[in-house]
Parts: sequence; structure tokens; C-alpha cells
Amino acid sequence: MAQGLSREAKQGLTIVSPALIFALLLLAVPLLTIILFSFWTQNFLTIDRTFTLENYSEALTDPLYRALMMRSLRISASVTAVTVVTAFPIAYFISFYVRPEKKALWLFLITIPFWTSYLIRIFLWRVILAYDGPVNGTLLELGIIEEPLSWILYNANAVVITLAHAFAPFAILPIFVSLEKIDRSLLEAAKDLGEGAVMTFFRVTLPLAMPGVLAAVLIVFIPTVGDYVTPRLVGGSGGTMIANMIYVQIFDLSNRPMGATLAVVAMLTVTITLAWAILHMRFWVHLSDRVGGGVAGLALAGVAAAVDIGILWWLFNKGDAWFGPAGTLGIMAAIMVFGAVSIAVLLPKGRWGI
Amino acid sequence: MRVRPLGVFAVLYLMFLYAPIILLPIFAFNDGTVIAFPLRGFTTGWFAELTQIPALHEATLNSLIIACSVAVLATCLGLFAARAATRYKFPLKGGIMGFIMLPLVLPEVIVAISLLVVLMQLGIETSIFTIILGHTLLCMPFAIAILQGSFSGLDQSLEEAAVDLGETRAGAFRLVILPLVTPGIIASLLICFIISLDEFIIAFFLSGNEPTLPVYLWGQLRFPARLPVVMALGTILVGLSIVLLIVADVFRRRGLRKMGQQDAGGFL
Amino acid sequence: MSEPLIAMRDVNKYYGEYHALRGITAEIGAGEFFSLLGPSGCGKTTLLRAIAGFEEISSGVISLLGKDMAGVPPNQRPTNMVFQSYAIFPHLSVKQNVGFGLRKSGMGVAEKTRAIGEALEMVGLGHLGGRAAHALSGGQRQRVALARALILKPKVLLLDEPLSALDRKMREDMQVELMKLQREVGITFVLVTHDQEEALVMSDRIAVMFEGEIAQLADPEVLYRRPATKRVADFIGVMNFLPGQAADGTLEVAGLGQVDLDGTFVPDGSVSGACSVGLRPETLTLLADGEAGSAREASGVIDEVVYYGDMTYYDVRLEGLPEPVRLSMRNIVGRDVLDVGAPARVAWDPRAMVVFPD
Repeated sequence: MAQGLSREAKQGLTIVSPALIFALLLLAVPLLTIILFSFWTQNFLTIDRTFTLENYSEALTDPLYRALMMRSLRISASVTAVTVVTAFPIAYFISFYVRPEKKALWLFLITIPFWTSYLIRIFLWRVILAYDGPVNGTLLELGIIEEPLSWILYNANAVVITLAHAFAPFAILPIFVSLEKIDRSLLEAAKDLGEGAVMTFFRVTLPLAMPGVLAAVLIVFIPTVGDYVTPRLVGGSGGTMIANMIYVQIFDLSNRPMGATLAVVAMLTVTITLAWAILHMRFWVHLSDRVGGGVAGLALAGVAAAVDIGILWWLFNKGDAWFGPAGTLGIMAAIMVFGAVSIAVLLPKGRWGI
Repeated sequence: MRVRPLGVFAVLYLMFLYAPIILLPIFAFNDGTVIAFPLRGFTTGWFAELTQIPALHEATLNSLIIACSVAVLATCLGLFAARAATRYKFPLKGGIMGFIMLPLVLPEVIVAISLLVVLMQLGIETSIFTIILGHTLLCMPFAIAILQGSFSGLDQSLEEAAVDLGETRAGAFRLVILPLVTPGIIASLLICFIISLDEFIIAFFLSGNEPTLPVYLWGQLRFPARLPVVMALGTILVGLSIVLLIVADVFRRRGLRKMGQQDAGGFL
Repeated sequence: MSEPLIAMRDVNKYYGEYHALRGITAEIGAGEFFSLLGPSGCGKTTLLRAIAGFEEISSGVISLLGKDMAGVPPNQRPTNMVFQSYAIFPHLSVKQNVGFGLRKSGMGVAEKTRAIGEALEMVGLGHLGGRAAHALSGGQRQRVALARALILKPKVLLLDEPLSALDRKMREDMQVELMKLQREVGITFVLVTHDQEEALVMSDRIAVMFEGEIAQLADPEVLYRRPATKRVADFIGVMNFLPGQAADGTLEVAGLGQVDLDGTFVPDGSVSGACSVGLRPETLTLLADGEAGSAREASGVIDEVVYYGDMTYYDVRLEGLPEPVRLSMRNIVGRDVLDVGAPARVAWDPRAMVVFPD
């Protein structure tokens, strides 16, 4: 080696290598393979290995795939929102109100359900939410509803409820960790400087907890987009998501290239969406800081966010007429990537760990 | 004690989290073929029936073989990675560790189908062995997370002190590092065992004709008549998971106590 | 000093581009209490770890007992170390910690037990042998670390900031105890510290280090009274620096007057042109009203009074000086503490002056 690594670097690399090689072989190689596959086509029983974008053009134009992808994103976004919003108070409660020696017990209680059979938990939600299940039974009994609710099972709502349950600890733990890191004297300082409890929360606690909240968002959003079991068991036809379609392509239709393409598209969509969202958040926070925060900052950040989202929204809905379905998505992706990259390059990493 | 709205919310949330687990044994012991209220009466018949299903026993055996192998494999690989991550500086460390931890956030379906496509392409039959590989990939990040906790609690000068007092590097590892991380290793073994035992997607995609317990369960979910048996099986699985978890947590805490540290929270 | 126990010759250490040790050359004798003193990042800990064998040096020679230590791992060097964190094995009892290094000693069980007992007795922990290591206080941990290292009868005991984790009172007690211990066991101690007071109190000789180099190696008194550079003078204790002008054997000190250069201390041997004249606070005396002065006297106004109980520090603004000078007076019976704004007469002595070229 020309430059030569230090001894420590060599030792470190040697020691990490078994795990790294394993991950390379079983993760990097397969991921690259499906990317490769996505450029091939299925020709009845054989695979046509000529490079083509046909799958991509189909994946981006076929309304069914588009609808499934959009629904997956929407469901994931709802799950993320529900999970994070309900997880925050729990994390806050454990961090601020539970006595220190009891905290570990609470965390343990919260993680236990997560470690029990995924399949059975989801199946039981089907039982709980069923037409004749305990939820409807109780509500009928209490006279809150006249007849059993039918909108809670075999649709997107059921998927959201079930996934929110499954991913609860993933949201609670990172938020809890970031809340625990907050030096309690900061809160006392805020009160000493004249803020009330509520404003102390909004001006000190919440901003300092934001890294945890964002980690929770990532850790919930990414895996839920690709969830398979929950939509199958409680989603009905209205709750089907992209992973179900990938399964159908690979197993039922034996179209592995198309399945691979959908998988790649799903990963790309999630990556671009998250990169866009997080980096634009950096931009909005930056804007808000530029005018000195406060109400003016909030307003400016809100306007900027509305403009950013508005452009994409408008393109998504009206773009087809001019650019065609694939073109529209391509342009959207380009705008999102360009925006994210320019922010990443131009703006230094700011608060909230982003 | 004053009742806080937040406390009430926390209790309700716990009920939400535990709802499925509490219902499970209720239906498992319910003397009715339909999984619905009202309950009919108490029976242990469904559990008895479990002993009569050869396919189930086969699946159980498969699952146990897989879970044990995965626990050992993932923990060994995790030991290396966690040790490297806590003790050494090397180029691209963040990227390498991030990549190894990636399965933690990657949708399992993606991991599963990409593995499946490669295996099919290489002409390798899916089997217990392929599931072991897939599960190890999935469990490794958890093992690393747990073991990193054990390793990072170690003062680096402990190892140096052992060497300074006449031990070799290997001796220092055996006499000082290993005893201190043993609780972490046991916790990692148990957690990987639980994850592998419960994991469905990868097993479903890669099992071929050697189903694991969750894959067998999945097959049974289609038949309403089989559901009470499924409930009974689920009860056993959940019970087993909880027992193993408590054991794992006891070991983790013992490890912390050994080092005279404060308990900083649960797993992950 | 006969045959040096530790000899370092032109020792260099690079971390990539960073030059951590720059040509260190020094000798440490048998039975010496030697300190490496300097601000954080000056390379003192690196040098200590290089002697212990935990850092490989990039060039130069470190030899112990006349033997080049290059390539000799820490476990085969006649050195033992007390770590800054003490590195007490948390999973072992106090006795097991102390006896850790005896595993390969070939001692029998009874012999080991006796050696451990003696070592614990030596550091005053005879009663704590059975206790779990993590249940010890800071001071006790430090004693265990000492016993654990000394039981192996090393030729050199290396101590890396051993007192920094202790509170002030405990630290002062331990300083005395460490000195006693060193005299008792008669082996060489090499201490790393950033605390100049600690180094002055305990050491036979001190190497002051800045940026990977030894700036001065001397015994405490020389270091304090005859610092080699302005930076050393500033690092050790307090020193006033007055602007001066040297020419033809005389020195014109701003605010004080003219003195004969011969009567002062000039580290470089000779000096001419602009220079800084160093004076320790205790070498200046505040004269009471009516007290007979000497020819060497300056007048001014008290700018600040800092009361320490046994001492009072005064900042006095002298005529013709931009910055006030600091002086210290012992609060003996019959001497009142003066107030800010009071006029003051300050007596000084050219023999206390250290002249550094600018």
C-alpha cells in the first residue's frame, strides 16, 4: 500500500472484516443483484439480459403501481405521524415523571410486546378490530355506536393502527434517549429566565428532543413502507401496499425483474422523499433562524415549506398532461434531489442533528 | 398520589401495547372454535392438540435449529464488529458500521427478495441453511447494538492495565474483557434467538419446503378451524419469548452491576 | 547520578502529520521522583506511555537499565503504571486486583496471599481486601492501583495524573503519602501532571514540556527561581513581566528604574535591547507607612486586593507602568490588609529579577 494505514487502522479493519464481509455478501451483493435485475426482463421462463428501462417505464406509468406506491407512502406517513405523536408523551412521561430506578422497568414493559411473535400480534389485531371483535363489542355495549364499525378492519386504517402498534417501541426509545440527554438545569434556566412551563417545553425541551424525534421518524417510516404481513392480514384490498405487489410479481407472476424493479423504485422513492424532507427541514429552520426565529421565523418557514410542497403537489397532479406520467415523476425526482443536494452542499449542518 | 393526565395516557398506551398479548391466552384456553367473543369455557384441549401435529413438530425443530445457529453466528460476528467499533479507529468506520447496521431499518421484504433472487440465480435451493444466513444478517445489528453497550462501558485502560501487569493481549482479553462482556454475550444470544424464532418474512421467502414455526403458522391462518390451535401455539411462543427476555435482561443488568454502572435503560 | 535508569535519546513520535514528541532527550536516575509537567496536549502522557510501551515511538531510543526497549511489549518491561482512571478491574475483588499481576509469578497460594496482604498494608488498605472493586471510593481506588503496581516490584512506577480525580484535600494528603511511599520502596517514580504545584511539591526533578519538547529540566527550586524561558516562568507559579531595556551592562526597568545587569539572572547569559523582566510576587514587598525603605523603592496605588487567609495578593499600579504588578504579603500579626485605592510603596530587589529577551 502506497500510503500505508496505521497499525490501529489495520487491526480495526481486520477485526471488523468478518461482519463486513458477511454483510457485503448477503446484503450488498443481493441489493446490487436486484438493481441489475431491474434492468432485465422476464421472457416466459427465461430472463432476457438485454439492458432496458422497460420495467421502470412500466413501474412509473402503470396507474396500479403508482397507486400502490402512493398508498404505501401515505400509510407509512400516517403510521409515522401516529406513532411519533403518541410515542412522544410516553417517552416524555418516562423520562420526566417516572422515578429513575423505575425507568428501566418501564422501558422493559414497552419493549416486551415488540419481541413477541410479529405474526401473531398482527393476527390478533384482526381479531380485535373484527366486526364482532372486542372493540366493536365494547363500543356497542357502551352505547357509543349503533352498529359495529366496519371502517376499522380490512382497509388502510387497520394497517395504520396495527403498524403503529408494531413500531411503537422504535419511536419511543430514540425520543426517550434524546429526552434523557437534556440537562435538567437547562429547563430550570429557562424558567429562571422567565418562561412558563408550556413555553419552556416549546423553546427548550422540544427543540432538544428533535434529533430523537427525527430518528424515530426514520426508523418507523423506512421499514413500514415495505411491510408485507400487516397489509395481507388486516389490509383487505384497500390496504394493499407495494410489498404485496412485489411478492405477487416474484412468486405468483414469476416476473422477478419486475419485482426487482418495484423494490428498487420503492427504495429510491423512500430515499428521495426522506432526503428531500430532512434537508428541506434544515433549509426551513435556517430561514427561520435568519429572521431571528419567533413568530416571524415560524411564518417564513411555513411559507417556504408551503411553496416547496406546493410545487411538488402541483407537478404530481397536473404534470402528466405536459410531461407524461413517467416524465412527471422524473422531473419531481430531479427537483427533489437537486433541492436536497444543493441544501446539503450550501447549508452547514444545523440544529436538530440534521 | 395525584393522578397526572400523562400517567393515565401512559397506562392506556401500555394497554394498547399489551392488548394482543393479553387476548392470546384468553382464546387459547377458550373452548370454542371461533376466535371471537363471547367466550365459551375453559379448555386445555388446543394445547393437547399441538402434540398431535407432525408438521408442527418438524417446523418447531427447524425453527430451533435455525434460531440456535443464528444466535451463535450473529453473536460471533457481532462480537468482532462491536469490538472493532468501540476499540479501534479505522478509515470509513462510520460508513462500514452504518452498512452493517442497515438491516435494522431496511424493509425486510427488500432484504428477503434480494437474497432470494441471488440464491435463485446461483441455483442454490432454499433451505434451513439459507434461512440461517438471512436471519444472521438480520440479527447481527441487534447483537452489535447489545455488545457495543457492553464494550463501550469498558475503560480502555483496563486492558492496558492487564498488559502492564504482565499479561499478553490475549491474556488481557480472556481475563479482563471477556468476563466483563459475558453478560452482554448471553443477552445477545438470547435476543438473536428470539428474533430468529419469531421472524417471518425472510423465513417465508427463503424456507422452500422446510418451514419454520412462523411460516407454518402463516399457513394455518387461512383455515378458520385451525385458529384455536394457532392461538395455543402463539401463547407458548409469546410465553417463551417473555421468559427469555426476562432472562436476557437479568444478564444485562448483572453485567452493568458487575461494572458498577447505572442501568441506562433497556435493549436497543 | 550513576548509571541512568531510563535514558531517552532524541525521541520523536508522529501521529500522521502531527508531531507529538519532538526530539526528547533526558535521563532519569534510580530512586528519583521525576515529573513530566505541562499543559494538556504537550505530549507528557504520550511520553509516559512510550516509556510503558503503550505507544511506539517513531524514532529515537528509550532504554531502561541500559537496554533498548524498542519492540519490547509493555508486559515485558520493568515498569508498571497507575492509570489516570486507575483501571481497577470492576469484576474482581480488591485482593484479586492487587494479585492480578502475580498469575505468572510462580508463587504459591500462601506466598501470594502474604504478598497481597503486604501490598495492601503498604497503601493503608489492609482491611479492605475482600471488598468488590466497584464499591471503592476514589482515594481507595487509587491506593489499590498503587498496590497492584508495586506488588510486582517494578524498577519504575509510572503515574498518569494520579491525583487529578481527587478533591483538593485528598489530593494534598496523597501528595505527601506518595512521597513517603516512594522513599519507602526506593524505586523510581515518573509522574505526569498538569498541576505545577503538585510537581513542585513532590518531585526531585521536573521536565516542563510544551508542544512535544522539553522546555526545561531542573529541580523544583531552580525551575521556580531560575526559569529558562518566559513561558516556563509563566507556567510555573505567578510572575510579573515588566518591560525593560538592556544596554552596556545596565538594565532599565519600566516603573522601577535602572539596575546593574550583573546583579540579575539572565537565563541566556547575555541580553541586549528590549526585554521582559520577571519578578515573582513574593519578591516584591509592600512597605507600611513610615517603614524605612531602601533605595530600591517604587510608589503607586493599590488596584486590587485578593485575600487568601494566610496571604494577601495586591495588584499595585506603579507610576510609569501600563499594567499593575502583583505582589503577595504574608498576613502576619500586626500587618493590616490594605484597601483598594490606598497609596503604596513597593520595595524590590534586582537579585530576584529574571531577564528574558523579547
